[in-house]
Amino acid sequence: MATTHAVDQGSGQYQPKGKGLVLETVAAWALALIWIAPLAYAVWAAFHPPEFSTRFDLLAPLTLKNFARAWEAAPFARYFLNTFVLVTLVLVSQLTLCTLAAFAFARYEFPGRGIIFALVLAQLMIMPDVLIVENYRTMSKLGLVDSIPAIALPYVASAFGIFLLRQTFKQVPRELDDAARVEGASGLQTLLKVYVPLGKPVYLAYGLVSVSYHWNNFLWPLIITSSVESRPLTVGLQVFSSSDQGIDWSVICAATLMTSGPLLLGFLLFQRQFVQSFIRAGVK
Amino acid sequence: MIHQQPRSWINAWLLLLPAMSLLALFTHWPAVATIVDSFFSTPKARRQSVFVGPDNYHQMLSDPVFWQALSNNFWFALGTIPTSIALALLMAVWVNDRFPGRTFVRMAFFTPTVLPMIAVANIWLFFYTPEIGLLEQVRSAFGGRTHNWLGSQETALAAVTVVAVWKEAGFFMIFYLAALQAIPPNLAEASTLEGASRWHFFRRVQFPLLMPTTLFVLVNAVINAFRMVDHIFVLTRGGPDNATTLLLFHIYMVGFSFWDTGYAAALTVVLLVSLAVLALLQYGVLERRIHYR
Repeated sequence: MATTHAVDQGSGQYQPKGKGLVLETVAAWALALIWIAPLAYAVWAAFHPPEFSTRFDLLAPLTLKNFARAWEAAPFARYFLNTFVLVTLVLVSQLTLCTLAAFAFARYEFPGRGIIFALVLAQLMIMPDVLIVENYRTMSKLGLVDSIPAIALPYVASAFGIFLLRQTFKQVPRELDDAARVEGASGLQTLLKVYVPLGKPVYLAYGLVSVSYHWNNFLWPLIITSSVESRPLTVGLQVFSSSDQGIDWSVICAATLMTSGPLLLGFLLFQRQFVQSFIRAGVK
Repeated sequence: MIHQQPRSWINAWLLLLPAMSLLALFTHWPAVATIVDSFFSTPKARRQSVFVGPDNYHQMLSDPVFWQALSNNFWFALGTIPTSIALALLMAVWVNDRFPGRTFVRMAFFTPTVLPMIAVANIWLFFYTPEIGLLEQVRSAFGGRTHNWLGSQETALAAVTVVAVWKEAGFFMIFYLAALQAIPPNLAEASTLEGASRWHFFRRVQFPLLMPTTLFVLVNAVINAFRMVDHIFVLTRGGPDNATTLLLFHIYMVGFSFWDTGYAAALTVVLLVSLAVLALLQYGVLERRIHYR
């Protein structure tokens, strides 16, 4: 939080000028164009008739038919709903659980704190993505296979979230905490009135990372779901593009853009806030 | 200290309870169960799982696909980790400067991070397609011969590595950018007064100050090298002839295609041990060389 003064100061005294600036601009633009090329191509193919998917002609007619065909070819509406439910469920439960745990680590002294914190950090290395075999077994014992909570549950207690919020809460001045308690606020009230509001940039940055992670997650949902009713977009897209339509690039590109569309749009709209919340959160 | 009485211990434990029980159920327990199950046979319809000692590990030693996956994963890690970190640092230094179109450039670098890997892999699949793919069109324009990038043993692993670097470099860039902007401006002023070149300033001031970020990014890059397999499903499905089978993909195939969960548990143990060893190495070696502010 001490870094707010520094937003977008640039490189200051070392800002390149003249030839150096021209060279850097050209190089940065060249790399940026390479980086954006796959997406640019997908946009091209999705908005033009299939016969233009490999021919680049500025006069090619624009069309939305590819999107219509993709939408009809698979139950994308249901997949969208599933992903939306999944992402919301994960985010809300993560924020709640991680806030409570982080507060305990940041502001309470209790026996076993070091060991418990180490147990939390272990998840940074032993991620749910790797424990697919055992977690599948657990889910089938719990009778949760092929449900949205089953996709979400292994990720809800997030070590990254707990760690990040603990760092944030530790920076909150003791005096603010004491003042709230003197006024008679309980531990939970202090957390909600003092700590949570001060951690806003961190919550935003973490929320964005979490939403994009779970919107995009594939392997675990692929394993744990088997029906249209619980499949998220990523798995739906894979089922769709590896089936018979698999050769029609225009439709595949349309489906690809459709599935990443909301996330991409959200990112483009909030780009500034996104980068700045990272900077403010001092995630480093 | 206000919160040291026994009552506040109980409060602390209550605050921790929901998160810790889920962690125990979906991280600690499965990690231990993986090790236990790796010494048991796979339960079949009519035969219970029985203790088989190190049989699953013997099977692993004589499984050529396992060795191939291990070596593939090593090259995949070596190809993605340094490249994506170096590119991320370069990107961050660039977009930290002011130049025309900076917002667009920053967006272009970061966009791949937001897109689902499974979706963008479809686009890359098209890039790599022989005859009509974009890469092929560019090559043939320069008179190159047609080449099946994903279909040939020599290039398939490199091709999926490129996709991984493309996907994660922009994400790491954000962390470097955040850290660069947190460096106090007076350091640059002092450095110019001393007449230091930009390279010198980067090498002696910025880079050392970025070390905590580099450690953070490195840990993430290492984890990703073992976790990123989504694109394999679309691009190659581990082929040709297992040339792009990574460890986690092999675990998936063994566990959920052949349903040999005992052997899959043994493979998972290898993956967990690799991650643990790498974690200890990184903290042990790097922690001492980092100057925290």
